[in-house]
Amino acid sequence: MKVKVHVTLKPGVLDPQGTAIGHALGSLGFAGASNVRQGKYIEFDLAETDPKAARETAKAMCEKLLANTVIENYAIDLA
Amino acid sequence: MKIAVIVFPGSNCDRDMAVAVEQIAGVKPIMVWHRETELPKLDLAILPGGFSYGDYLRSGAMAAHSPVMREIKARAASGLPVLGICNGFQILTEAGMLPGALMRNRGLKFIHRPVTTRVESSRSIFTSRYQAGQVVTIPIAHADGNYFAATDVLDRIEGQGQVAFRYCDAAGAVTDDSNPNGSARNIAGIFNETKTVLGYMPHPERVIEPLLGGSDGRALFESLIGALS
Repeated sequence: MKVKVHVTLKPGVLDPQGTAIGHALGSLGFAGASNVRQGKYIEFDLAETDPKAARETAKAMCEKLLANTVIENYAIDLA
Repeated sequence: MKIAVIVFPGSNCDRDMAVAVEQIAGVKPIMVWHRETELPKLDLAILPGGFSYGDYLRSGAMAAHSPVMREIKARAASGLPVLGICNGFQILTEAGMLPGALMRNRGLKFIHRPVTTRVESSRSIFTSRYQAGQVVTIPIAHADGNYFAATDVLDRIEGQGQVAFRYCDAAGAVTDDSNPNGSARNIAGIFNETKTVLGYMPHPERVIEPLLGGSDGRALFESLIGALS
């Protein structure tokens, strides 16, 4: 089972990299992009066929390592 | 006195730390590789600066789950003093041994220069040889030193006297201009609740004698040696 995890900064946590990307987009002439936030995308194969169990395992992985829940949220997709 | 310096792949301040410890404590620390699962009886463990595991995922994230850290965490829970400098501080927050997180500097750049920090409390085994309010000049060298914690956590650690050092100007005033990396409330170093664990972004081991450009870091080691011997 393929697990896809998006890790994003929590709302309210300053994202200087996102801000810099926003400025760069503006200077490239892309007007109208605002509130740019940068995150991480992690995917892996999990030897588990039950979606519920896979989600539980992925959640534990996020809580323990993939995300720092002090500053980050995560979203899990299974495929 | 038995002191261990923990060495991770990518640590680069471990030898400076060992020199500082040996010079001030008069005993050679043992260098412990990150794969160790057992430690001898220790009086102090030090997590040095560097780029453990290449800062993969997040600074300190991989090191926080290395075999040796399980043991360090267990020992710290029963009172072993632990000092984390720079990457060591990042590892301590990632391991959940200190509250909060260290994020990318607000200016996005790696910063390496001497900064002034104010000693917030001299009532700890790490800071007893400083005066509260004293301004010390110690270099920083980091890209991820921007301390963050939720407002309620910040209020709690302030209330419990867990803020050890704050970035300040030469006169000791805590200002935004003197905050090099955007840290919440100018926090440069924090204790755990029992004040037996300290995480500090600047590098005291680099300023232990005038020949190195300063000796303001020396009192931190002298405090520890005094308290532990």
